[in-house]
Amino acid sequence: MRAWWLILLVIVVALALPWGFYDWAHHRHAGFLISMLSQMGMMVILALSYNMLLGQAGLFSLCHATFFGIGGYATVHFLNAAGAGELPVPMEFMPLLAGLCGLALAILFGAMATKQRTTAFAMITLGIGELMATAALMFQHFFGGEGGVTTDRMINNSIFGLNYAHGIEVYYLIVAWTVIATGLMYFLTLTPLGRMANATRDNFERAQFIGYDPRSVRFLQFALAGFFAGIGGGLYAITYEIVTFDALGAPLSANALLMAYIGGSGVFGGPILGAVLITLLQSGVSLLSNSWLVYVGVLFIGMVIFAPSGLAGIIQAHGPIQRSGRLGQLAVPYLRLLVPSMAAVFGFVGLVELLSFLTIGEAQGKKLVLFGNPIHAASALPWVISAVALLAGGIWLRWEATGFRRIWTSLSSGQQA
Amino acid sequence: MTSLSLRDVRKSFGPTEIIRGVTLDVAPGERHCIIGPNGAGKTTCFNLISGRFPITSGEILLNGHRIDQLPPHRINRMGLSRSFQITSIFHRLSVFENLRCALLWSMGYRYSFWSPLWRQKALNERADALLEDLNLTSRRDVLAGLLSYAEQRALEIGMTIAGGASVILLDEPTAGMSNTETDYAMALIRRVTEGKTLLMVEHDMKVVFDLADVITVLVYGQVIASGPPAAVRASRAVQEAYLGALEG
Repeated sequence: MRAWWLILLVIVVALALPWGFYDWAHHRHAGFLISMLSQMGMMVILALSYNMLLGQAGLFSLCHATFFGIGGYATVHFLNAAGAGELPVPMEFMPLLAGLCGLALAILFGAMATKQRTTAFAMITLGIGELMATAALMFQHFFGGEGGVTTDRMINNSIFGLNYAHGIEVYYLIVAWTVIATGLMYFLTLTPLGRMANATRDNFERAQFIGYDPRSVRFLQFALAGFFAGIGGGLYAITYEIVTFDALGAPLSANALLMAYIGGSGVFGGPILGAVLITLLQSGVSLLSNSWLVYVGVLFIGMVIFAPSGLAGIIQAHGPIQRSGRLGQLAVPYLRLLVPSMAAVFGFVGLVELLSFLTIGEAQGKKLVLFGNPIHAASALPWVISAVALLAGGIWLRWEATGFRRIWTSLSSGQQA
Repeated sequence: MTSLSLRDVRKSFGPTEIIRGVTLDVAPGERHCIIGPNGAGKTTCFNLISGRFPITSGEILLNGHRIDQLPPHRINRMGLSRSFQITSIFHRLSVFENLRCALLWSMGYRYSFWSPLWRQKALNERADALLEDLNLTSRRDVLAGLLSYAEQRALEIGMTIAGGASVILLDEPTAGMSNTETDYAMALIRRVTEGKTLLMVEHDMKVVFDLADVITVLVYGQVIASGPPAAVRASRAVQEAYLGALEG
């Protein structure tokens, strides 16, 4: 019951958020916010569909963007055909067509890749991803080469009479499809196929001896994941009106993996958290710093080492303590962790920004501003302060972490006693 | 007609022949135990019958149909189910989900991605009834990986019989159990394999002589004796090759 309220809350927030930043004086939406939220929607679909493989079926795919991308490219051509009056499909159903294209390609490639599992599967998908990236550059008619393909989304065919001239209309289309796709993907986890995907993940051999061919389970799961990724790609094409090879390349496949993993692949909603966080970093931090990718990388490594179950896993771990009504006792220990963490982050960001300024920023003729202060990168002081903050913060954090772990253990074991 | 029959089955791994011409017939409803010293090829025999490994030569028939060229899932669908010596369950799924998975194929769900599991009344009732049979109702929603060893063994047996197979292969179901646990497990096995054909590998002689209608003795990949318990007990060859060695 509480889960339903949470879902409702998320949807309401997603719908209302743009109006919180509406510029009433000029009657304009905050363009940056809307494009960031739109991007989040597509990434939520991409990450969730990727997790149908990684988390639910134990399949480590390295070509998931292929199906996202093909949905995008196909949609550009569909929109162009629709604009020319050759395809009488309303805008609202374009993502469905994109999904079907993703499905078709995933059936083709899935038939090859799912012959294997684990490392061999990952290798085949790596090859498929590279194959498609190369194809995107070679076959110019469909993929448009390096420049990609462009379209105009104002096809004037909408079941709601919208012309999608404004970002907000597209954003609401994205919200609607994200909700639909998420709902369907959740439904799939509750069907025989979804359950057998979990079973083959845990023990593919046993699955055979209860009558299931693990290969068919992998294949169907792979095909369906491709379908949803295609929907995401369709929304991408509608939003940006241009699709280049960025939409199917290896970096986007890696992003799908990052989002699912950082968010938590063991929980259905985990990849949603990951998609929101990574998109925030991508859109927010990338405005502030050239080195935002460094931070994403460090975050990923940190999560893999210290919290392999992801953000959702961390939240879940609090469940037993919360049920025993002792969550409040964690407040002070968390605060004590926060201070040294901030110091370490401050020091790390300082060093990265100083380094990046010396290598790129200075050449661009920028001024270095850190935490609101103009900094003279050639002097020793900022380097020393950053290094000391990182070192001292790190050591202090290690020390605090020991105490925190003790309190955590006593709180979670006390619950069993 | 026999339930299961092996005709001169041979299996080599590289140049080494592990199973050297095994011929075996199991009648419907029979409780048949395979015994033999370590390395005799008992588990390998199970792996050949259940399709886990391909055989090198010979024939295996299940209810009169050749199964020796089929993959494990096809053999299972034809009515043969096996358990594993090393517990083989879905450790990140709950006990209930493990049993429900084991029921799915036999209840015709195949690879359905359109039937919501929570609405399948007959399926869920049967999974719950199985839990009751296995005495695991109180552990229904616990992850299978967190069960005690004896509970995991019970779950393993439950998953093996869940699909309603007519021929059941159990590979050392009581291995590593205490006396009480063994008694309990044997009572469970008797109960849930009622009316089915049972082929079992077992080391515990008390269990074997209590349960079996027919005992087959396997030594170095060959059958050296096969018959009712009394006849096997009296067999000179068996005493020399196996039982004598145990007592001595």
